[in-house]
Amino acid sequence: MSEFENDAGGESAGRIKKFMFVNRKAPYGTIYALEGLEVVLIAAAFDQDVSLAFVDDGVYQLAKGQQTKALEIKNFSPAYRALEGYDVEKLYAERESLEARGLAAEDLIVPVEVLSSTELAELMAVQDVVISS
Amino acid sequence: MGLELSGRTYDTDEEGYLQNLSDWSEEVANLIARQEDIDMTPNHWEVVNFLREYYTEYQIAPAIRVLTKAIGKKLGPEKGNNKYLYELFPYGPAKQACKIAGLPKPTGCV
Repeated sequence: MSEFENDAGGESAGRIKKFMFVNRKAPYGTIYALEGLEVVLIAAAFDQDVSLAFVDDGVYQLAKGQQTKALEIKNFSPAYRALEGYDVEKLYAERESLEARGLAAEDLIVPVEVLSSTELAELMAVQDVVISS
Repeated sequence: MGLELSGRTYDTDEEGYLQNLSDWSEEVANLIARQEDIDMTPNHWEVVNFLREYYTEYQIAPAIRVLTKAIGKKLGPEKGNNKYLYELFPYGPAKQACKIAGLPKPTGCV
């Protein structure tokens, strides 16, 4: 997606920026995960270079088999599977966070690249914008 | 706000999107379409049904670019393009078709 500087063609159109959205909170109980996902979808609709990182309790956002009926909240986790259609394909989960919670990549609803916290920090350092929620 | 149909009221938001997904029926869809000045043809239904299936699978209403691409994948390039979709839904395929399909307004749609 980043082979074009912009697809509007005009010189005034902005260049593509690297955005990383860092998700640190559990999916329910606060609005952060859902709102964060909405911002990701908006950024992707504006053709930005978007990646997502899941850290701490944020890895639970991707856990398979979420049951939210008793909470009377919509299970929005299927929306992470729509990210591919938005050309958002760079998803990272922190190894330490997964291990501390007894999770592995195959317990998640979408394919992710598992990175150590050091590797993730290096990736964050090369972003134009890092937004944490 | 709301829609009246056969003595029942269906809640909508200030822009006319149904509040409750489960209120949707073909009759409600036809009523919304009439308010949008759209005569529902099989081609319109194809897009509306596609959107409902997309929502069932992903729990979100797709942005227009994503909708166009996904329709192209499923129904072919002669339908997965802006011209075709805007002819069916002149005020914005994602916006209008989502409204008729009883879905929320697509994220990122202004």
